[in-house]
Amino acid sequence: MKPIAWTALMGLAVVLVFLLSILLGSAPLTTGEVFSALLGEGDVNDRRIVVDLRAPRAVMAILVGGGLSLSGAVFQALLRNPLAEPYILGISGGAATGAVVALALGLAASLSWALPAAAFAGALFAILLVLRVAATADHRVDVRVLLLAGVVVGAFFTACMSFVLSISDARTVRSAVLWMMGSLAGSDWRTVWMVTLYSLPAVIALVGLARPLNLLAIGEETAGYLGADVERVKRMAYVLASLLTAAGVAATGVIGFVGLIVPHSVRLLVGADYRVLLPLSFLAGGVFLTMADIVARTAVSPAEVPIGVITAFVGVPLFLLLLRSSMASRPDAGIGS
Amino acid sequence: MPGESTEAPGSDAPAALEATELTVHYPNATVPALDSVTMIVPRGTFYAVLGPNGSGKSTLLRALLGMVPHAAGRAQVSGRPVSDWDRRALAREAGVVTQSESVAFPITVRELVAMGRYPYLGALQSETPSDREAISAAMRMCDVENLAQRLMSTLSGGEVQRTRMARALAQEPNVLVLDEPTASLDVRHEMEILELLRASADRGMTIFLITHHLDLAARFADRMLLLSRGRVAAEGEPREVLREETLQRVYEWPISISDDPATGVPRVTPLSTALHPAPDQAADSS
Repeated sequence: MKPIAWTALMGLAVVLVFLLSILLGSAPLTTGEVFSALLGEGDVNDRRIVVDLRAPRAVMAILVGGGLSLSGAVFQALLRNPLAEPYILGISGGAATGAVVALALGLAASLSWALPAAAFAGALFAILLVLRVAATADHRVDVRVLLLAGVVVGAFFTACMSFVLSISDARTVRSAVLWMMGSLAGSDWRTVWMVTLYSLPAVIALVGLARPLNLLAIGEETAGYLGADVERVKRMAYVLASLLTAAGVAATGVIGFVGLIVPHSVRLLVGADYRVLLPLSFLAGGVFLTMADIVARTAVSPAEVPIGVITAFVGVPLFLLLLRSSMASRPDAGIGS
Repeated sequence: MPGESTEAPGSDAPAALEATELTVHYPNATVPALDSVTMIVPRGTFYAVLGPNGSGKSTLLRALLGMVPHAAGRAQVSGRPVSDWDRRALAREAGVVTQSESVAFPITVRELVAMGRYPYLGALQSETPSDREAISAAMRMCDVENLAQRLMSTLSGGEVQRTRMARALAQEPNVLVLDEPTASLDVRHEMEILELLRASADRGMTIFLITHHLDLAARFADRMLLLSRGRVAAEGEPREVLREETLQRVYEWPISISDDPATGVPRVTPLSTALHPAPDQAADSS
């Protein structure tokens, strides 16, 4: 199948899962009721459920799932490591520390924007710290140092977070744990717009980097000889993919595995050309997270399963299968090469 | 013809590659990797660079093309300092086949060769007919057309090298720079590559080839540079460079040179140290 056909198909799938997501939920609404609510007719409560709760939540799932998958694909090219994912460089640790501090200080309870703002600030701090460590005096970025610095900074922030949790009360600990498993509950149009305005430029800029990212996959020196401005591409890819991840984490917590398995699955379907892989990963990530959210909302309705649990339940077996099949066809696949 | 200078006397076209007292220091190294190297590669010349491991051959390549900064001297590509070149313009002027590379993800032969068109294409622009023509011509020349849809990870060493060379040719460069491209090739594929390089030079392309094969370099190259510990040990036509005493000193091994009756060019034969002690060893024992 041609890349353009895959993209059209995945675009269609995004629309379908969006519709499915607003049709299903703990309130038993008929298809007719949902569509009349969408058109601004019907019962006021139905309209509230569909337009103010389900729709922004579905859009948020598409945005965050897409953003995480796209940035996962970018990190895999940047670090030349198929096991890279959006949180590998400490962003989740930084964000979680910020979030836990906001919860422990009671800010999150009084101000609705305090939790995402603190998580975003923590992520930003981690991003800048890692970049600062990995950049040499002549402003080159060594990706091996980047990887090590990211992993170590992430571990440090995890320790910070554990410390804050250890001196917090039980309620804070519970909120923190739930936040870290991720949730799309509480998505409203205001957050959706903020994440959209913030993510869209990063998504467009990263898709524009597709061609030089293809070259990075064959090595920095060769990429340079082929005309790529390697240092600029590495810095832009790191900063943009990190900011995209930070936006998702701030809005919905740490949702794992999307950024690892979606780009890999897409690569198996269409190959490693980033001009196709990046847009398709965004769409497929949106579809995957929306479906995971539907399961999270409906499996034990009216309660909710944390979405990070669903993505891991689906993600881990799928990823292990993928890993095994790629090891069978290429013994040299796996970590680096 | 090989062995004869192809540069027309009085030609004022700028040299394809030119190093003037080029010096490169790697951080934390006590001695410079390249020490005041001066050499000129005239346009359309097949130029071979020889020397023992660690003598600075690959460093010379990197410094000439601006991949490592030089501490002193000048590096010029087609008459302009390498630092003045825009990277994409430089990639259209000079194609490089490095010693080795590894692909992080499964990609096909066609995709790898198509990367040679990177310096010609905009960020989201798709291949034009002239790009496709350049790609298929390069694949044809390197005999990898029938491998087009194969994954790089499934190829033999020789096939990988031919694919990488096709990518450099797809750049349609005026200067082709190669670092031991035939190191893993069998006799036939090595000769095919060298004949392809010779034919390209005869059509006006400049070839800059790093190699350990002294005999083959003597057969195919117009001029040679012999490096030793980052310095120029000899430079000139193959007969001028391949002298017994020079090679023995540079390679620290007894070497005999004779005329090859089949090809008429110098043949380099490494001897055995037991039978023919190197000059300095002989001096030590006397």
